[in-house]
Amino acid sequence: MTPHLLSMRDLTADDITQILDTAAGLKDIALRPIKKVPTLRGRTVCNLFYEDSTRTRISFELAEKRLSADVINFSAKGSSVSKGESLKDTALTLQAMGVDAIVIRHSASGAPQQLTRWVDAKVINAGDGWHQHPTQALLDLFTVRERLGRLAGLRVAVVGDIFHSRVARSVVQGFTTMGAEVTLVAPPTLLPPGIERIADGPGLVTTTSDVDAVLPKTDVLYLLRVQRERMATQFFPSSREFARLWGIDRERLDKLPEGALVMHPGPMNRGVEVTADVADAPNAVITEQVTNGIAVRMSCLYLLLGGEDARDADDAATTAAETPPVAAAAGRGAEREGLR
Amino acid sequence: MTTYTFAGARVVDPASGRDERANVIVEGSTIAHVGSETAGARIEVEGLVLAPGLVDLHTHLREPGREDAETIASGTAAAAAGGYTAVCPMANTDPVCDHAGIVEQVTRLAAESGRCDVYPVGAITRGLAGRELAEMGSMTRVGVRCFSDDGLPVRSAYVMRRALEYARTWDAIICNHAEEAELTGLDRDDGAQMNEGDLATLLGLAGWPSEAEEIMVARDLLLAHAVGARLHVPHVSTAGTVELIRQAKARGTRVTAEATPHHFSLTEDEVRSFDPVFKVNPPLRSKEDVEAVRQGLVDGTIDAIATDHAPHPPEQKDQEWAQAPFGMLGLETALAVTITELVRPGVLTMLEAIAALSTKPARSRGISGHGGPIVPGAPANLVLFDPEATWEVDPAALHSRSRNTPFAGRRLYGRVVSTILRGRFTVRDGQLTGDACEEDDE
Repeated sequence: MTPHLLSMRDLTADDITQILDTAAGLKDIALRPIKKVPTLRGRTVCNLFYEDSTRTRISFELAEKRLSADVINFSAKGSSVSKGESLKDTALTLQAMGVDAIVIRHSASGAPQQLTRWVDAKVINAGDGWHQHPTQALLDLFTVRERLGRLAGLRVAVVGDIFHSRVARSVVQGFTTMGAEVTLVAPPTLLPPGIERIADGPGLVTTTSDVDAVLPKTDVLYLLRVQRERMATQFFPSSREFARLWGIDRERLDKLPEGALVMHPGPMNRGVEVTADVADAPNAVITEQVTNGIAVRMSCLYLLLGGEDARDADDAATTAAETPPVAAAAGRGAEREGLR
Repeated sequence: MTTYTFAGARVVDPASGRDERANVIVEGSTIAHVGSETAGARIEVEGLVLAPGLVDLHTHLREPGREDAETIASGTAAAAAGGYTAVCPMANTDPVCDHAGIVEQVTRLAAESGRCDVYPVGAITRGLAGRELAEMGSMTRVGVRCFSDDGLPVRSAYVMRRALEYARTWDAIICNHAEEAELTGLDRDDGAQMNEGDLATLLGLAGWPSEAEEIMVARDLLLAHAVGARLHVPHVSTAGTVELIRQAKARGTRVTAEATPHHFSLTEDEVRSFDPVFKVNPPLRSKEDVEAVRQGLVDGTIDAIATDHAPHPPEQKDQEWAQAPFGMLGLETALAVTITELVRPGVLTMLEAIAALSTKPARSRGISGHGGPIVPGAPANLVLFDPEATWEVDPAALHSRSRNTPFAGRRLYGRVVSTILRGRFTVRDGQLTGDACEEDDE
């Protein structure tokens, strides 16, 4: 594992497998009457959110609390940021207060990486600009692996606003690292130059603007949010035209092979990239993605923060003992590989 | 009158085509002799290069308005430390240098600090707004030879055409910051952040396409050619721009061009760090662009090496990439970067390098007394440097008020030993001399 979780590009296939295996063990905690383990007791995690977020912030907060971490929430609107304090000064303040990990969401690409220069805490990227959103990609990989039993060799189509999407960049790198093939589908205005070269995994990345040709050869259809305000900057003429040419409706859904999954990172623009009946179709796993997000974020926090000393190893063992065999194996695997 | 001799210097003087060993005698403010004689104090400079003091066509001294980033005193100190005897500060100060009063203020403050001659560039348009022409005539009367809205492009082709035409009154030079603002999104909150391409896509930063520079340069070359005016293209950063200028020169367009040390030595790869010290406009480009800029310097398409010295205080640069301002320091590293990146690898000879750093910029702007020749009777504006000495760039040791050098931590060849302005040492043995003005005729 890497010292921080900044980008999917930093993770090897082994790293990803370790995170997903660990998450599989931790997922069952949610099924217990008391949804909490003591793994991160005494550790402090700060959720530093400079950009609006509902699901990611709540998901991280639940993950942290289920691991018994002390949680501080810091959002730009209710902090000294609104009084003009810089990211660096905020970072130095958190450093002085001795937090163990910072989960950061920021509208500026690279802000999490910059943060690592100013703090000793572990930094987890919860989304930066158009750059990366690694825990989103990990929870997507988790969801697909759980549903389809594998990742290698799958055919993934990502449709929508690739240009402005940190999710697209993260998902492309995650799937190709695991050996899946990814096709990016959008009008050329929303396909940034060189997007097919952002991944160096074994899986191929291709681009096209013809969604109908791609659908019959797709195992995972991944839809991205299309922001209406992009129209003002001439990426496409209208949301109606976008919906007609690239939106997924019932008719297009039927072109998918039997058993193909439909995914969306949310929030959805029903009626633009996806119609309501597609979002609620049986092969749409959009709410499962949300559920799995908590376990995957628990796994990331545990692997970054836990396992540094015997106490943590004991906690992990306690966790493992209380959970089914899969999780126990994951816990042992995690110990063996000397988590950082 | 003080008399001294640089004994055994390697005299590199592009204006006379000379690169040879000689003694140079300075008497008072002028060069008295180049040859084998000695007079006055003898300064042994065996192995050191003695060249005309460097001339920078593109400097931001920030005063008036942003004295937290740089002052004329600190900027000219940095210039002297870098071997410069003349710099041309750009007009994008606050207030804008768009009338004679500001030109005179800048010139007077520079004379008071006395470490480097300063030739202010005037604005093309009032307030850099791109609409009404600034009073070029009044600025010409106080010595302005070149006009530029640098930092901002003159967007209107109509205004640009009129500016080129009007400047012909004095055969003055128009220097347009080449950026097609619609393509780079200058007015949008998702405006360009780095070179457009694979890496920008990977890093999720808005791209600054090469075409945005080339479209503007092509437009300006056509307009300058049509009206027979003099155009200077600043900070050439793309292979396409080099080719456009090459073709225009072949066609007889009256154009000169400059490249910065960072554009011929660094690539966009530096942006991977997300350290805004590497954020600059135009942005660091690809390896192919760097190669083309070097080739442009080799074949003379690009006349001058200019720094685009752009100081910003640390609190401005220590921000999120998208919020940090564009710009890099350059005055104190330009000579060493040129020697390290161009002269030592054999891209340019020492004579060609000094021509690009001193002689050609001085000639192109009509700055007399600078850029050589090193001959009896000429003003003693000189730089003495050790081309073999290495040093590590330490931002804290720079004389600029700011610290935003992209070369921090690099080991470079070429160390300035002394800088001489009209016979007086502004830098001696690597140290800035105390109070430059009062040290006269020690």
